[in-house]
Amino acid sequence: MRAPVSWIREYVDLPDGLSTEDLAAKLTALGLKLESLTYPGADVTGPLVVGKVLTKEPEPQKNGKTINWCTVDVGDANGTGEPQGIVCGAHNFEPGDLVVVVLPGAVLPGGFEISARKTYGHVSAGMICSARELGLGDDHTGIIVLPPDAGQPGESVREYLHLDDEVIEFEINPDRAYALSLRGVAREAALGFDAPYTDPAARDVPEPNADGYPVLVEDPEGCPVFVARTVTGFDPAAPTPRWMARRIQLAGMRPISLAVDVTNYVMLELGHPIHGYDLDRLQGPIRVRRATEGEHLTTLDDADRVLSAQDLVVTDDSGPIGLGGVMGGATTEMSGSTTRILVEVASWDPVSMFRTGKRHKLTSEAGKRNERGVDPTIPEAAADRVVELLVQYGGAVADPGVTKVGEPPASPSIRIAASLPARVTGMEIGADTVAENLTAVGCSVDGTEDLVVVPPPWRRDITDPFDLVEEVARIVGYDNVPSVLPPAPAGRGLTFTQQLRRRVGRTLAGAGYVEVLTFPFVGTEAFDSLELAEDDPRRFALRLANPLSAEAPLMTTTLLPGILETVARNTGRGNDDLALFEVATVTLPHGGPAAPILGVDRRPSDGEWDDLNKALPDQPLHLVLALAGDREPSGWWGAGRPVAWSDPIDSIREVAAALGVEVDVRTGKQAPWHPGRCAELFVGEVSLGYAGELHPRVCQALGVPARTAIAEIDLTALLAHAVAVVPAPEFSTYPVAKEDVALVVGADVPAEEVGRALREGAGALCESVRLFDVYRGEQIGEGRKSLAFALRFRAPDRTLTEAETGAARDAAVAVAVERFGAEQRA
Amino acid sequence: MSGPNSSYDPVQVTPLGEEEVFAMRDAALAAIAAASDLDELKRVRSEHAGDRSPLALANREIGALPPAARKETGARVGQARGAVNQALAVRQAELEAEAEERMLVDETVDVTLPWDRTPRGARHPITTMSERIADIFVAMGWEVAEGPLVEAEWLNFDALNLGPDHPARTMQDTFWTEPAENHVVLRTHTSPVQARTMLTREPPIYVVCPGRVFRTDEYDATHSPMFHQVEGLVVDEGITMAHLKGSLDHFAQAIFGEGITTRFRPSYFPFTEPSAEVDLVCFVCRGSGLVDEATCRTCRGEGWIEWGGCGVVNPRVLVACGVDAERYTGFAFGMGIDRTLMFRHGVEDLRSFFEGDVRFSRAFGTEI
Ligand SMILES: [Zn+2]
Repeated sequence: MRAPVSWIREYVDLPDGLSTEDLAAKLTALGLKLESLTYPGADVTGPLVVGKVLTKEPEPQKNGKTINWCTVDVGDANGTGEPQGIVCGAHNFEPGDLVVVVLPGAVLPGGFEISARKTYGHVSAGMICSARELGLGDDHTGIIVLPPDAGQPGESVREYLHLDDEVIEFEINPDRAYALSLRGVAREAALGFDAPYTDPAARDVPEPNADGYPVLVEDPEGCPVFVARTVTGFDPAAPTPRWMARRIQLAGMRPISLAVDVTNYVMLELGHPIHGYDLDRLQGPIRVRRATEGEHLTTLDDADRVLSAQDLVVTDDSGPIGLGGVMGGATTEMSGSTTRILVEVASWDPVSMFRTGKRHKLTSEAGKRNERGVDPTIPEAAADRVVELLVQYGGAVADPGVTKVGEPPASPSIRIAASLPARVTGMEIGADTVAENLTAVGCSVDGTEDLVVVPPPWRRDITDPFDLVEEVARIVGYDNVPSVLPPAPAGRGLTFTQQLRRRVGRTLAGAGYVEVLTFPFVGTEAFDSLELAEDDPRRFALRLANPLSAEAPLMTTTLLPGILETVARNTGRGNDDLALFEVATVTLPHGGPAAPILGVDRRPSDGEWDDLNKALPDQPLHLVLALAGDREPSGWWGAGRPVAWSDPIDSIREVAAALGVEVDVRTGKQAPWHPGRCAELFVGEVSLGYAGELHPRVCQALGVPARTAIAEIDLTALLAHAVAVVPAPEFSTYPVAKEDVALVVGADVPAEEVGRALREGAGALCESVRLFDVYRGEQIGEGRKSLAFALRFRAPDRTLTEAETGAARDAAVAVAVERFGAEQRA
Repeated sequence: MSGPNSSYDPVQVTPLGEEEVFAMRDAALAAIAAASDLDELKRVRSEHAGDRSPLALANREIGALPPAARKETGARVGQARGAVNQALAVRQAELEAEAEERMLVDETVDVTLPWDRTPRGARHPITTMSERIADIFVAMGWEVAEGPLVEAEWLNFDALNLGPDHPARTMQDTFWTEPAENHVVLRTHTSPVQARTMLTREPPIYVVCPGRVFRTDEYDATHSPMFHQVEGLVVDEGITMAHLKGSLDHFAQAIFGEGITTRFRPSYFPFTEPSAEVDLVCFVCRGSGLVDEATCRTCRGEGWIEWGGCGVVNPRVLVACGVDAERYTGFAFGMGIDRTLMFRHGVEDLRSFFEGDVRFSRAFGTEI
């Protein structure tokens, strides 16, 4: 809402010397938030005067244009009193006309400096101005021709043009619809400064009578009040008075024609939308009803709209002629030849307005006000004000007939304890202050301790006691709320899971990984790039009804697309050596039931609560890793180590270890991993996910470096296995016995399984089995490999003998031999 | 008196003269002083103080001397041997110190060599800021609450007094999921966690909830379809706006420093009544609007920074969530974490948070 300060001051007698900045600050403190403060006219400086055209010589030019060489009387404003020679391109004036002249030394909007300059063979000493050149609107069809009473040549024309003003732009919250009008803004200003206020809607209006235009309201709930007035003999050529056009322009709307401008002006003034019809184009009585499904209406914006049975329409014998309260129809639109006008001021049901606006994607100044709720007691005043202006400036004659259908609904009575504002705000607010402040915002207040409050008709947002608390509090002033810490009971700190999540991030950061956050939106192409099979469950994703991009309408089921895109972006920027991680939820729909929309008058039952939660997709937390380039850079110390398939496996194990969990690594097969370099990670028999090298084809398709290594696991599943209380270890202090064994097995036998076989066979005395070498070569033979393990044995109660250790080692080897046909190398 | 005898014969002894003993001693001392390294000193030690050294042999002969000569000769030889041993010890220490010194010099390296040998890891500033905020409230006895990102429409809107026709519902720019009749949305704010918390816990409730939210905003320098909020909720007996102010003042000071307070401006949120916008005293210009006599860039000269929204929990929300609205009152607040980071750290472009350029996160390290 843009409010010219001169207009605000018309209704409120503000203190002398009050600056606009202070006014805006006060209104902000009351809840009308200052968005911007502008000073129209301030960008026009220097002499701007009334000029009387003395001569006008048309001079055709070679370029086909005709310019006018004029002499203009500007009085003493040019310092000489001699006529001023000015070249003018416009033609809409004659000698004798009064015009607006800007003289050398002046500056126009945009920093355009005026000086005497040579043009078309003359010295043009100034300019005759159009409205647009002065920032007074869009009109550039000709120069401004002033009426004969505008002033004497040489007199300043600023005031006459209403050039200078100050405009406060407010951000109006949805609950303060009344402030979408000068009436409302001025009322707030009066409240803020305890200043005298004149309500522009308080006017004597003619009584409704039977002589008005016939109106039938078939849906009084949708349209509780309908007021119609008519005028005849309107002069469609009558110009909008300059002050009115200027105010409409400063308020952010466009002046169009007197008839339209008057309805807009009164809407800005009083906050009530108004619609004008060309009375000669109306056919028969006006009826207000719900549309029939599928009915058509061409609205003022020339859009053909198919109506819904929920839309409220204004009709005549020809059918719908307007979308009630939202936008008028084309067939009855006022035009340049309209002389008889019907003025409609109707009160509409805000919910219907909201729905219709949303359904037809229509936002209008009228709709904006109607859907928030306007004062239903002022349609007669608004209509009367429109008639008054049409009569005054358009030469119209008011018809005596006044139509009024329906009565405004009564405001609710609200009971509130006078102590409630103090109890809710923590400020000391006495019962007297409560009553005074509520009265000041326009409520009627009864009682002393338990108050019965009726809010004013323009405050349809006030329905609850807490709404009244806010009204009292904002007048007392939010700045007076004391600052007191609440008495929280002893808390339990972070939950175990919350602590664990932090541990995961810290562990990875400590291991050189950088955390990224990516958007969860993907398209099926992302799954295609990962070469997911047609039946891969990860393709079953939740679809958004209104995605930002048609290419990414799905909520991702895997964090790989996001992190791999991030890898590509980084390498594109020269960040070649990368270790990235992300922890985020994925969305796994399960095709379950719909979520119920429950009531809000009570707590949901346990069953309803369960249904609600069951309807949501599973949203487990995933951990994803991606590495590329060198894991350790090369340098003076020697060669670097490129990222290997084993890095993400190792890092997942490191994360698991930080949680006290042992992860088993098995050979895996999963897209988009390299089929020969994919590990599946387990806790017990629970599969967490996969780690290894990205498939070379996928690397290429996604534009990430070759040998990029990745891991993705279900972190929720891993966290569930975290050890909350670590039991203290018991360990033997007897000497350790070490045995190394080298086993030759088939090249495809997983080392992890051979190690597990050794561990199982070695028995209770075995402390650890560690793989320390893998060897392939001629000595071993084609298709075979040698795995070297270090075994450590120790007894809790004695030093082991060589015989005991040897027996345990042999037992370990025996299991590996039996299970994998391993041969022991000497 | 005879000199040391290679074919030792204790019977034929003559007492040693003073000069002879001094000569042996001086020869030993000269050799010790001349020893230039530990190896040489070792040789000198064996030659002049070993079992077969002249002084050792002389000492052994003392027992064979006549009693009268024994005492005098014994004293003389003893003093000489003492002087030799002391000289050896001193020289040993000197040479050891020299050797160590030399070794240390020899082992000198260019310590400026090591350079980024291990890559630096980092956590995301949004993560670390979320944790820091959580810690501030946990320190006051609050707990951290959580909820799903894909949320039931009822919890995101209806339970929070945003009915189906509430004008504010269009302000939310919600991502809806298909099919529409499932009534599932991407949460547009962290406020559904308020409702979840009230529905699953008994008052007193003191929780804070940092988390990810979604709105259908086009992605640019100041808008993102995904961003982060922190929500606070307190429901207890006797809770007032003063407690809200106290909590936010404490929060502001913990994040921005001593003396940084907040101010409230009346506003509107369906789930709170009264509602307020929270402004923060600009922590750069401390409210003056000026830095070095120029307009402060952080607050654009206003002295205040818009930080978030807050208010007293609307009793309608308490009712929908099964809290006794007669007995309890509450307050709630919500701030943007991304936004907080932007003005606290001078992040110019919101997209920096989501591009994943490692240079960005690395700058913030692992804690914030
Ligand atoms: Zn500042």
